[in-house]
Amino acid sequence: MSKTLAEKIWDEHIVRRADGEPDLLYIDLHLIHEVTSPQAFDGLRLTNRAVRRPDLTIATEDHNVPTLNIDKPIADPVSKLQVDTLRANCKEFGVRIHSLGDAEQGIVHVVGPQLGLTQPGMTIVCGDSHTSTHGAFGALAFGIGTSEVEHVLATQTLPLIRPKTMAINVEGTLKPGVTSKDIILAIIAKIGTGGGQGYVLEYRGSAIRALSMEARMTVCNMSIEAGARAGLIAPDEKTFEYIKGKPHAPKDFDAAVAYWSTLFSDADAKFDVEINLDANELEPFVTWGTNPGQGLPLNASVPNPAEITDAEERGAAERALTYMGLTAGTPLKKIAIDTVFLGSCTNGRIEDLRSAAEILKGKKISSSLRMLVVPGSARVRLQAESEGLDKVFLDAGAEWRSAGCSMCLGMNPDQLAVGERSASTSNRNFEGRQGKGGRTHLVSPLVAAATALRGTLSSPADL
Amino acid sequence: MEKFIKHTGTGVPLRRSNVDTDQIIPAVYLKRVTRSGFEDGLFAAWRNDPDFVLNQEAFKKGTVLVAGADFGTGSSREHAVWALQNYGFKAVISSRFADIFRGNSLKGGLLTIIVSQEEVEALWSAIESKPETAITVDLETRTVSYDSTVLNFVIDDYTRWRLMEGLDDIGLTLKQTESIDSFEKTRADYKPKTLPILK
Repeated sequence: MSKTLAEKIWDEHIVRRADGEPDLLYIDLHLIHEVTSPQAFDGLRLTNRAVRRPDLTIATEDHNVPTLNIDKPIADPVSKLQVDTLRANCKEFGVRIHSLGDAEQGIVHVVGPQLGLTQPGMTIVCGDSHTSTHGAFGALAFGIGTSEVEHVLATQTLPLIRPKTMAINVEGTLKPGVTSKDIILAIIAKIGTGGGQGYVLEYRGSAIRALSMEARMTVCNMSIEAGARAGLIAPDEKTFEYIKGKPHAPKDFDAAVAYWSTLFSDADAKFDVEINLDANELEPFVTWGTNPGQGLPLNASVPNPAEITDAEERGAAERALTYMGLTAGTPLKKIAIDTVFLGSCTNGRIEDLRSAAEILKGKKISSSLRMLVVPGSARVRLQAESEGLDKVFLDAGAEWRSAGCSMCLGMNPDQLAVGERSASTSNRNFEGRQGKGGRTHLVSPLVAAATALRGTLSSPADL
Repeated sequence: MEKFIKHTGTGVPLRRSNVDTDQIIPAVYLKRVTRSGFEDGLFAAWRNDPDFVLNQEAFKKGTVLVAGADFGTGSSREHAVWALQNYGFKAVISSRFADIFRGNSLKGGLLTIIVSQEEVEALWSAIESKPETAITVDLETRTVSYDSTVLNFVIDDYTRWRLMEGLDDIGLTLKQTESIDSFEKTRADYKPKTLPILK
């Protein structure tokens, strides 16, 4: 029987299937961080249960760690307690952890792939909704809550109801200055923040195949912003090449590749829904509102809610404009920015830093704003420094920070002030996401860099 | 987990769609290492507004939240469920929930009920015109009833049974340990392990 890629991976991980019950699925890799795990470890202690497979589990510190002075104790006592709790739990239960100061510390979704632990055909979970990132390798990867974290720790399985499948076909060639971030922002604007609910998305087509592995991760990362728990891309030579030579790449690489090469949706496989997007037509994209579906091409203007027919959407747009302090009809490129944030699990990888540095090289950022550059992991930071990118950012007037989630969610001191407006390469423009009262415009690293130079939302073509 | 069979309480009308989990509880409130005390962070930004529904005397004691479409989008933080429960909510009614939030809520015993948007609108009107309207959420009969209205909702048999029995999911899975053991024997050797640490 022909199957989609998601169905193949699902079926290969069924431990138990029974009528009227969810499938019990085996989990190949469990990633852990400080924020969504303490209550799960507590649950294990209360019930006297062990971690079933410490050797399929890995922890890192990312969500609330500082990005300055990481050699000193964490200043915020509550953040410190949470990080200390993770360290103690990992020690007690025998889980591998990469702490602040370690070369492998960083955002959990940057760390997995860079260690070669993320591989095609795997099931991967983490108590973080951006686990969908790992789908770029043709893995079925999704975010879970803390109860499920505890479940996976104790059993290495999860009871799950099989999702439906949606194909997103992106055909054509991207124009210069248009990136995978613009692809995914355009997809979310098209299907809405609830469009993917109940589905696994599979990104397909020539424009997706043309993307690098890191660019594919950006696309899969934001699947959750379209409501889908998971999004994936069939593995190919680029995938195999990316994994080759990584610390945890399979020793018997040929055997692994033989299996990975079977991981694609069969030609006659039926998706429950198919969506098409023309890559040739795409422009740099930016959000104007307070959910990731409220986005437009950068050349457009702030929409007029009065022109939206759906009452619910109109109300949401009106509230969003009030919160964002924007007036309908204003060209998006006229919007002045206070802070540019380059980083996060969406766009904090080496290619993202390289592409932004190329634009900033030899130039100065606008005196009207600040720019934070936060590498996705300590390894990315080291790589960037070996290429001299830190100098480029510093010379341009940007701040060069240590690795972590940072201003993507403002759990650490990296936050927007009330009314402060950011152009951010992260994934969520929710009210207050980057700091109470902060206003977020989601952009690609190229738009972030161009904006930093001009002071208003800009694309590289405007320079 | 506490059994959930039937609950009667008053409603809180939250006339907003796309309420993401960052609104339900902002990240700065996620630093606790316990499961309790998250009520402080519930809708923290909005609670500064005196007109916000939870600040209105008539709705302060509500236990059934009636929200707009796409409730619980965004982050997977289960703290969103705990914040609602710690505050006193027993059920949330909406026309659409985000997948991860819904999964978390049903694991933790916060009943999330899907009805049509028209039914949500009617319920909002009823609560707003008479805040003391008693709303009964009955998992046994899969109904929500208030005044003379009875709404049916769908929930899969397995989840309903687990909630009504108050069963611990992990305990249920551990009964399948033999299946897990035998599955593990079939896993390919080239699948990665995190230990020992390789450089």
